Amino acid sequence: MNWNWDVIIEHLPRLLDGVWVTLQLVFVSGIAGLLLAVPLALMRTSTRIWLRALPFAYIFFFRGTPLLVQIFLIYYGSSQFEAVRESALWPILREPYWCAIIAFTLNTAAYSAELIRGAIQAIPKGELEAADVFGMSHWLKVRRIVLPRAFGIVLPAYGNELILMLKGSSLASTITLLDITGAARTIIARTYTPLEIFFAAGMLYLLISALMIGGFRVLERRLNRHHHYRAPEQISKIDPRLAE
Amino acid sequence: MKLSKVITALSLVTLTALGSSLASAGDKIRIATEGAYAPFNMTNEQGEAVGFDVDIAKALCAEMKADCEIVTQDWDGIIPGLMGRKYDAIVASMSITEERLRVVDFTEPYYSNVLAFVGPEGKALDTSKEGLKGLTVGAQRATVAGQYLEDNLADVVNVKLYDTQDNAYLDLSAGRLDALLSDKFPAYDWLQSADGKGFEFKGEDIDIDDKIAIAVRKGDPLKDKFSAAIKAIVDNGTYAEINAKYFPFSIY
Repeated sequence: MNWNWDVIIEHLPRLLDGVWVTLQLVFVSGIAGLLLAVPLALMRTSTRIWLRALPFAYIFFFRGTPLLVQIFLIYYGSSQFEAVRESALWPILREPYWCAIIAFTLNTAAYSAELIRGAIQAIPKGELEAADVFGMSHWLKVRRIVLPRAFGIVLPAYGNELILMLKGSSLASTITLLDITGAARTIIARTYTPLEIFFAAGMLYLLISALMIGGFRVLERRLNRHHHYRAPEQISKIDPRLAE
Repeated sequence: MKLSKVITALSLVTLTALGSSLASAGDKIRIATEGAYAPFNMTNEQGEAVGFDVDIAKALCAEMKADCEIVTQDWDGIIPGLMGRKYDAIVASMSITEERLRVVDFTEPYYSNVLAFVGPEGKALDTSKEGLKGLTVGAQRATVAGQYLEDNLADVVNVKLYDTQDNAYLDLSAGRLDALLSDKFPAYDWLQSADGKGFEFKGEDIDIDDKIAIAVRKGDPLKDKFSAAIKAIVDNGTYAEINAKYFPFSIY
């Protein structure tokens, strides 16, 4: 086998353009998905059945069907209807970029909503009771206790979801977007060096996920610092005044 | 006396020919096609590959008296699959290109391809480089049409590359593309279909001296066997018969 480093170096700029597209897809839809997931999770934990039913159906659909199918339905499916093509939404749905963002957002919102619901339900009962004893209104309790606590609890699982999203974003290449995978496939179409180029693409994904893991670790350490036990001798290293 | 000598000589030749073809019939030839490139290769309701390429492949196998199996493989991975010995030949309307010749061998061509632009009927489209400026033009990824766009027009048009030709047609119908650059014959087939209503060829054909042949692994003796069989079916009229099934004009 003759491994060809030159082909990687020669096409690296094109792959890096792909990195930029991938990052946009993951972060734009990650943030939009999170914003959508919070109200969905709150509805899911409601005591009213009709309020619980809607997010249930939504989550059921988006968790139960493959992301590729969702992307195809939104991109190729929507464009089959004349009504859609003539609607005000067409300038957005016309673009593969926005179709991918919509599909990823809806998909990740479904998963994240379930994660947040689990986190909300994992908040120790005592903390909620304490909030009630203080006489907090429902929304004040949600704002000050439920959501901040839930975010701390959900963080490790959410980091996982974002990494899954990163890899799922490679499906954007099927609707003509030149993300990392799309760029790689276009390069391979002319160089016939799938091993080298996919290796380079894989390394780029690995690098991005390493940075994401690192970022989440920092965030977790900040948000969940009350979870970490520090022995007195460790504290004394930080602050000698506590050495006693 | 003389006649019997001729008969003996003839039967000897036949026997040798039969013997050699029997020897090769021992191993099955696995032939890959794509199955998404009508009318050359497509998948029917039963999930079998059919089309011009498949008919040609079967005629060649019959000519070579070889046992063949047709498999389908996505276009993107079709050359890597050949190199990985998943099959022995590609009969999938593949153009002979310099880049491909570096990794595979090609037989003698079995048809010639030209490129053509397709666009909405009644909408003027100037297919010169200046005329296409700023437009969105699609093609299938990893095809000569896609390559032509990237090499010649990428600086002025917005090039969109699709995994399959069908997806490119879908986007043309949806109005996401101003024009499509495609091999002419499959586009001709699509324009004849109900889906292609409202679209037509635009401008002049682009003759890029594009010959379609069968790809085999480098150094594989199958190359010469296929080449001989192609010549044989062209000579004996089998080729013309298959051609007429799909196009009212010769594509050889």
